[in-house]
Amino acid sequence: MRRRRRVVLWAAALAGYAFLYVPLIIVVAYSFNNSRLNAEWVGFTLEWYDKLFHDQDMLIAAGNSLAIALVASIVSTLLGTAAGVAMYRYPSRLLSVLVLAPIAIPEILMGVSLLIFFVLLNLTLGLVSVALAHIAFCIGFVAIVVRARLAGMDETLTEAARDCGASPWNTFRYITLPLIMPGVIAGALMAFTLSIDDFVITFFTAGAGTVTLPLQIYSMIKIAVTPEVNAVSTLLMLLTLALIIIASKLSPTLLRSE
Amino acid sequence: MALLEIQNVTRRFGDFTAVDNVSIGIEAGEFFTLLGPSGCGKTTLLRMIAGFDLPDGGRILLKGEDLVDRPPERRPMRMVFQSYALFPHMTVEGNVAFPLQMAKTPASEISAKVEAALEDVRLTGFDKRYPHELSGGQRQRVAIGRALVTHPSVLLLDEPLAALDAKLREEMQIELINLQKEVGITFVYVTHDQTEALALSHRIAVMNKGRIEQLDVPSKIYGFPKTRFVADFIGHINLLSGSVSERQGGVITLAVEGLGPVRVTSASPISVGGAGTIALRPEKIRIQSSAPTDSPDNHYRGTVGDLLYMGDVTVYKVSIPGGTRIEALLANSQSGRAKFFEIGDAVEVSWPVDAGHLIEE
Amino acid sequence: MIVVAVHTPSRLGRWLVSGPPLAYLIVFFALPSLIMVLASFRTPGEFGGLAPLIEEGKLDLNLESYARFFSESVYAQIFLKSFGYALLTTLFCITLAYPLASLIARSSRRYRDLLLLLVILPFWSNFLIRIYAWMILLGPNAALARTVNRVLAWFGHDPVPLLFSAFAVLVCLVYVHLPFMVLPLYANLEKHDQALLDAAQDLGANAWQRFWRITFPLSLPGVYAGAALVFIPAFGIFAIPDILGGPEDSLIGNVIKQQFLETRDWPFGSVLSIVLTVVALAFAGLAAWVARGNLRTPSSARGSRA
Repeated sequence: MRRRRRVVLWAAALAGYAFLYVPLIIVVAYSFNNSRLNAEWVGFTLEWYDKLFHDQDMLIAAGNSLAIALVASIVSTLLGTAAGVAMYRYPSRLLSVLVLAPIAIPEILMGVSLLIFFVLLNLTLGLVSVALAHIAFCIGFVAIVVRARLAGMDETLTEAARDCGASPWNTFRYITLPLIMPGVIAGALMAFTLSIDDFVITFFTAGAGTVTLPLQIYSMIKIAVTPEVNAVSTLLMLLTLALIIIASKLSPTLLRSE
Repeated sequence: MALLEIQNVTRRFGDFTAVDNVSIGIEAGEFFTLLGPSGCGKTTLLRMIAGFDLPDGGRILLKGEDLVDRPPERRPMRMVFQSYALFPHMTVEGNVAFPLQMAKTPASEISAKVEAALEDVRLTGFDKRYPHELSGGQRQRVAIGRALVTHPSVLLLDEPLAALDAKLREEMQIELINLQKEVGITFVYVTHDQTEALALSHRIAVMNKGRIEQLDVPSKIYGFPKTRFVADFIGHINLLSGSVSERQGGVITLAVEGLGPVRVTSASPISVGGAGTIALRPEKIRIQSSAPTDSPDNHYRGTVGDLLYMGDVTVYKVSIPGGTRIEALLANSQSGRAKFFEIGDAVEVSWPVDAGHLIEE
Repeated sequence: MIVVAVHTPSRLGRWLVSGPPLAYLIVFFALPSLIMVLASFRTPGEFGGLAPLIEEGKLDLNLESYARFFSESVYAQIFLKSFGYALLTTLFCITLAYPLASLIARSSRRYRDLLLLLVILPFWSNFLIRIYAWMILLGPNAALARTVNRVLAWFGHDPVPLLFSAFAVLVCLVYVHLPFMVLPLYANLEKHDQALLDAAQDLGANAWQRFWRITFPLSLPGVYAGAALVFIPAFGIFAIPDILGGPEDSLIGNVIKQQFLETRDWPFGSVLSIVLTVVALAFAGLAAWVARGNLRTPSSARGSRA
């Protein structure tokens, strides 16, 4: 009886996992497929990767994505850590709403409101506007991880440090910061991943001249399904996978605090 | 003037008064204990001394200086936390060196001082270990070593032994007494454990509902509790309430309902008709099978209602026909003998007039 | 114990810490949102964007775009359609997430983190790639479409395209949002006390009764949380219908995108965005409100009369 129910549960869950993974596996598999059509397996080739690395547009897009992600993750980690500490130490409704709302509302809203904002400011849409937008939504993710890390920390440690003669700043520098560091690094990796993957907000804030990897993929799949997209997707997934695994090792609660 | 003066200190949290107009003077070199049940305000008081909280009223003075403007890091006192609060990312050495580094001690002197502190707490050789590699007792020692390394004027200890098991706790109690003698630093100790307080302290302040019920040396606290609360909180006790029916010399007779007249020696100025309670420790009560021949003692007949064999002693709860229950204690000094009486046995309980202590109400 | 802040001149520290992120989010989130609200009361400019704020001495503030929204029923219909898609997505996600979440919650500690990680990983792979994957799977030459159409041919039915259809949009919506449902549901189920189920069994409840009267009512807070997390992004989606849908599968996100990037009617686009926000927040608020009500009396929640 119990055994049969377990089998049913396992079967249902297995179907769930298959639903999650089969599409992605097919994308990866066809990136090595010796056929222009993503329809059936013909043979192994690295042709699409070769093509990818000679695709000037793709390389520029990748360069842009990396530059934006680097800047956005550094700035949003600094601001997000401050926000996380502030949310834990000095709880305020205003800060919580401002930090969490960009995560909670549909992305398109942030995209269009920033579009209006940048255009009215006469800021030329491009790398700068995209990076500014990415920072705004990454702050929240970093703040959540950092706050969770702080909440897991023994509060008496900071008291003990003060008692040992450390000023508030020294307490932060020698006790709090080293202890929340894994959270901060995890947050930074997360911000990098979010930035390099972002499509919707980038779509509205990039303007006509600037292309990032997701925008490049978008324009390619709007035209046709080609294995070159599979190749770039595979590489992007590998990068994200690596970053997220490292982040989750550093901050085990990271993936649950969503 | 005492080393640490607590003057009329009050602390409120909303409607709740955690510490209510408390005044204490703690002398240099004293082992002073704040004792009370949880929520009595003892920890709040300690945190105000350490600087983690500020009084709403009153002053805290150290060597005559008001500490109000001094944040915790600038008070020459150290705290030993209940959870030890060792920095998990630092070694034992790093933890003990931390207060020295914060005090900008020259690097050349630090290692010698750390070593001396570790020797004081008998942890030589553990300097490269991390807190998670230590046992509970060892962590405790590191916490104390870290607190002592800068030779503070006062050491504040917040239930430091609460997390240890019974056997280790007793060992640490002895070590704490010796350590305090050795370093000569004033200890202010917070605990809810009355036996620990009695064993360790020079003086004890028993706290209840934010107030001090009694401040005295341990033997006085135990033997001559001033209030019902103190009598009840410290150890087991029989409390016999009634009104004074007679005063004769130094002996007062109290009419206790359900028992009868009980005589007790007292210097109390209580007058006839006044209400009082006699506090009587179970170990001072004799329990025998037959009435003692003509003695000046209080004695009553009853039957054994319950008994609890505790190993070293057996506790008898004797029911007196009037309805009172008297708790008496007999040491099982004879090996192999668990009890002298059975449930239902008719017995005679008795105690000398000077065994009890009168509390006026 | 009562936690009391360490006394320091904390006001300065507070502003040093919360000031920079607060300032950044006010400038790059609150201010743009406010400007969008203001834009909804303006007149569109001749060449897109907004007309000048003050023209011929008159302040350009009006309700025309709102009037247009309420007078042209096509927009209400699109909202309704988007609401329907989001609701269906939420329901399918609950159905699929339940077995996954309960399996993870019941598995031994050793595998739990791995199984959870496996659910979350696809969420961290690029959003467009996940849409693209369905373009391949549902493509006309792929095995799935060919099989379906062969079956349909037996019944004498004309072949149907799977791609660029409502079906494709819905499948991908569920696919993309599934992890948002699994996580809160797992977090809830993990806390369930096995003793409750044992007690129910001891009292004579069979497997179905145990699920329906114990597990499910207790898991409702997790379901509501997941519903909010799935519904809100699904409601505002534009990339999935844009890539996988046919012309008649446009959702509100697509219309908003069109207003801003093609028609360049900012005021009307802003009106649509504001309505989207209001509906999304209302749904989230409702989910939170219902969840709170159920948390207070978890045992009396629904199950007692089912």
